Amino acid sequence: MSKTLFDKLGGEKAVDAAVDIFYRKVLSDDRINKFFADVDMDKQAAKQKAFLTLAFGGPSNYSGKDMRVGHAQLVKIGLNDTHFDAVVENLGATLKELHVPDELIAEAAQLAESTRNDVLGR
Amino acid sequence: MPVITFQGAQYTCHGNETVTDCLERHGVSVATSCRSGICQTCLMRAVSGQPPYVAQKGLKPSLQDNNYFLPCVCTPTGDLTVALPGDKVLQRIPATVILKDHLNTGIIRLRLRPEQPFEFRAGQFINVCRETDGEVRSYSIASLPQYHEAIEIHVRRVSNGRVSTWLHDHVLPGERLLIEGPHGECCYMPDNRQQGLLLIGTGCGLSPLYGVLRDALDHGHAGPILLFHGSSSHDGLYLVDELRHLAEAHANFRYIPCVSAEPARTGYAGGRAEQVALQSVKSLAGMRVYLCGHPDMVKDTKRKAFLAGASLQEIHADPFITTHKTPLIDKQATAG
Repeated sequence: MSKTLFDKLGGEKAVDAAVDIFYRKVLSDDRINKFFADVDMDKQAAKQKAFLTLAFGGPSNYSGKDMRVGHAQLVKIGLNDTHFDAVVENLGATLKELHVPDELIAEAAQLAESTRNDVLGR
Repeated sequence: MPVITFQGAQYTCHGNETVTDCLERHGVSVATSCRSGICQTCLMRAVSGQPPYVAQKGLKPSLQDNNYFLPCVCTPTGDLTVALPGDKVLQRIPATVILKDHLNTGIIRLRLRPEQPFEFRAGQFINVCRETDGEVRSYSIASLPQYHEAIEIHVRRVSNGRVSTWLHDHVLPGERLLIEGPHGECCYMPDNRQQGLLLIGTGCGLSPLYGVLRDALDHGHAGPILLFHGSSSHDGLYLVDELRHLAEAHANFRYIPCVSAEPARTGYAGGRAEQVALQSVKSLAGMRVYLCGHPDMVKDTKRKAFLAGASLQEIHADPFITTHKTPLIDKQATAG
């Protein structure tokens, strides 16, 4: 049986290692950090972890509906494709920092991509 | 078959059912997402009974110590009474005031002796209840249980604060109060004695930090410990002499009292505690950070500490909220 992306990336340990790096990048990114200005950081980090788990191909009960509801307010204040692109870019930079090979980064980006329409409420 | 007690009702687990499965089969709706013990959406606390280790894997050590667990991967091996993190799990016990004195003009120290066994850790908080009208406020614990010390709390007089003015003006040694708890995870973690510890507090946010500091020193903590305590004026600081003595006795401990609204005297730093701290410690990577005091300071500094390299898992934030609503859910340490 071939290894899943999640296994190749190093499983839950890898997600844990990535959460802080990813979240720090997002908060430091002036293109998108206004969307994260007023949230509870621990709750937000838990959501980042759920998102990264999904992007890593890990166990996930992804619900497009939750994603829509969760981002509806942000879409109202202007969340759009450029912001989503920025998040995917930060995901890529995080994985690069963790020395993940490019082809696996592409796979993770594709999984993240699968949430785009739900996140943007389309 | 293990029995789960949740919000006053009992549910029997079948076979290898998880706590989440069992509750849902009985029609109890609980928040859950990954169902794999990863996302922590469903976090619960075992009020009695021990959840299996696998259900605590990946949680902060402080949460593990306080019996938090993930019900979605918890197949209980025995009966459990479980609660959501925000649930009221009240068991009020009487405690006698054995000491009351002033730490400065606005803050008193109370030592309380519980009249029943009461396990706590320095830095956690208790809820103090006034029996006559049920008013409840939270106060952080400055004392160490290992020497059978009483529970020490520091109470700031809040103008028009119903409980704080009562504690300041009316409660006397010998009197009995009702307490409940302890809660919170602003505690010393003895798992890495070499780690740098950064403690930042304003006002009576010193009380849990004083507990954490003494607990660390008591465990023979070897890494550097930095305590920045801030107030607008020199008079707003307290335990200054005690802390200077501790710094003289422990080469790895530095105490930096900070004043923000008047010129700093010799031996004090000028500026807000969190600013002075983040200016003098450039990288927080690998450090454990404790933040206690005004909610805006805590929130803002938590973000800055994280961006300066501290891991979110290693930032213990204890905002002292002074709202008067839903006292047991909103943290109200040293308020009203």
